[in-house]
Amino acid sequence: MSSPVPTTSLGEPNLTAISFFFVFVVATLAITFWAARRTKTTEEYFAAGRSISGRQNGFALAGDYMSAASFLGIAGLVSQSGFDGLIYSTGWLVGWPVVLFLIAEPLRNLGKYTFADVVSFRLRQTPVRVAAAIGTLAVVAFYLIAQMVGAGNLIRLMFGISYELAVVIVGCVMLAYVLFGGMIATTWVQIVKAVLLMGGAALLCVLTLAKFDFNPATLFAKASEMYGAEVLAPGKQVANPWDAISLGLALMFGTAGLPHILMRFYTVPDAKAARQSVFWATGLIGAFYLMTFVLGFGAMVLVGREAITAVDKGGNMAAPLLAEVLGGTGLLGFIAAVAFATILAVVAGLTLSGAAALSHDLWVSVYRKGDAPRDEQLRVARAATVVLGIVAILLGIVFKGQNVAFMVGLAFAVAASGNFPALVLSIFWRGYTTGGAVASIITGTVASLVLIGLSPTIMVDLLGAETAWFPLKNPAIVTVPLGFVAGVVVSLLAPETAARDGFDAKQRRMIMGVE
Amino acid sequence: MDQKIRALALARWRVALALSAVVFALYFGFIFAVAFAKGAMAVEVVPGLSWGILAGALVIVGAWLTTWIYVAWANSHFDARLSELHDKGTKR
Repeated sequence: MSSPVPTTSLGEPNLTAISFFFVFVVATLAITFWAARRTKTTEEYFAAGRSISGRQNGFALAGDYMSAASFLGIAGLVSQSGFDGLIYSTGWLVGWPVVLFLIAEPLRNLGKYTFADVVSFRLRQTPVRVAAAIGTLAVVAFYLIAQMVGAGNLIRLMFGISYELAVVIVGCVMLAYVLFGGMIATTWVQIVKAVLLMGGAALLCVLTLAKFDFNPATLFAKASEMYGAEVLAPGKQVANPWDAISLGLALMFGTAGLPHILMRFYTVPDAKAARQSVFWATGLIGAFYLMTFVLGFGAMVLVGREAITAVDKGGNMAAPLLAEVLGGTGLLGFIAAVAFATILAVVAGLTLSGAAALSHDLWVSVYRKGDAPRDEQLRVARAATVVLGIVAILLGIVFKGQNVAFMVGLAFAVAASGNFPALVLSIFWRGYTTGGAVASIITGTVASLVLIGLSPTIMVDLLGAETAWFPLKNPAIVTVPLGFVAGVVVSLLAPETAARDGFDAKQRRMIMGVE
Repeated sequence: MDQKIRALALARWRVALALSAVVFALYFGFIFAVAFAKGAMAVEVVPGLSWGILAGALVIVGAWLTTWIYVAWANSHFDARLSELHDKGTKR
């Protein structure tokens, strides 16, 4: 049985979509205006004055984390390859318990604005800060490319405007939030987006399940009847098991090394609130990924695979098309606007964390040796934000047509292999040294980049070689252990007495907070 | 005083490691099953619901449960011991 190819209004300027989008932008700019009057110090600019509650931060974390890749990408992947897409749904959640158990509370107690604060505690500032800034900026750059390219494609498809214009619009609106409203505005944009995204996904889920007696199994059975039972089983995405395992490692440990996620823990008053915020975030994000099961299979059955790929080869339009089938142009417009809001919120968080690395880690801590006047700190923070906003727009335009999922994979691999080992070792191991921290971050980051360069994605798909030098698409299975080993070996070879002596103070502050 | 902080840090570290190991085992159990036991994952528990889909959903539920366990432990046990330390600190 083949499903009829429905005609879609996707790609034509959609009045509902534009109205919803306009309302969202006006509302968030109003929030920004309100936030701007409360943003007078660096602490307010980068950490919202530590005034965000645990629950609010949980929503904001969810809004910061659930990118267009997870909403549109996973729904699309499930609609095309069925079960295989669900490997991503689970992988993107299991990083959160790791963040909770190992990172969130120590991070809040030990740092101010960036994860480099935590790694460089008791170690020599300059080398660690420089290395951590490299790790941060590498992750932010790849993640930004993925979001901007995704934004350009989506908005072109949904609103019928040009790719470049779409990238410039996203860049400018995001810059308005971050530049004027700092972390306060970014937080509220992320909260609003999380509510919209969860609400939109839940609405689509309910409308889909209503057609299947509210029983997901009936929906899955219908998918299997239409496209064969293999849609319910592992398929060609896991042709190479080691690829699946390596990707799993990157997803599980990468979340705990994403600078824009880590930065959010500084917006709450104390470690207990940091703990509560991950609890909320895990609940929300898990519920969302469970819904992607229904959205993906719903699109497969109700829209049809052919109809989805007819609009976009990658399948990214599955969720918007499902909305159109279920609720007509009105619902399509709403979901399109939600997707736009999703991208804006993530890009704002990324830009802010990149700006914190540039101004707090490099300018204030390294160049000014920690001694910069307060108004200069804020000026530099805003200048760094503008630079990153422009860079984001340029990256989006230059990397037009790049594979978005690949860029996100790259960001997670670098985060898991460089930033994560450095954070864990610095928090838990007395013997960790300055050299060890630099070795972890640089080895993990460089090894990830090199192995991705030698992977099938680059060598075979992009450069057209017969075989790749490195057989796996994701390098994490090699590079995560390498990041740890490099840090441990360098620390053991050249012990650092001052670092060892400083560990008790670090541990005290990690448990007790600032006293 | 510092002895007690060290003991509390160790207790937190133990719980954190144990729960991390549980999540790791859950998720990589799932990934290994998907990668090496494709046939079993394709078997349907009820029509439409394969073991693979069920296992994926259970990994998400398992992640929820472990975070809940940790937060419950930290809110009661850890925070109680911590506030004891804080009280002693002010009296000292």
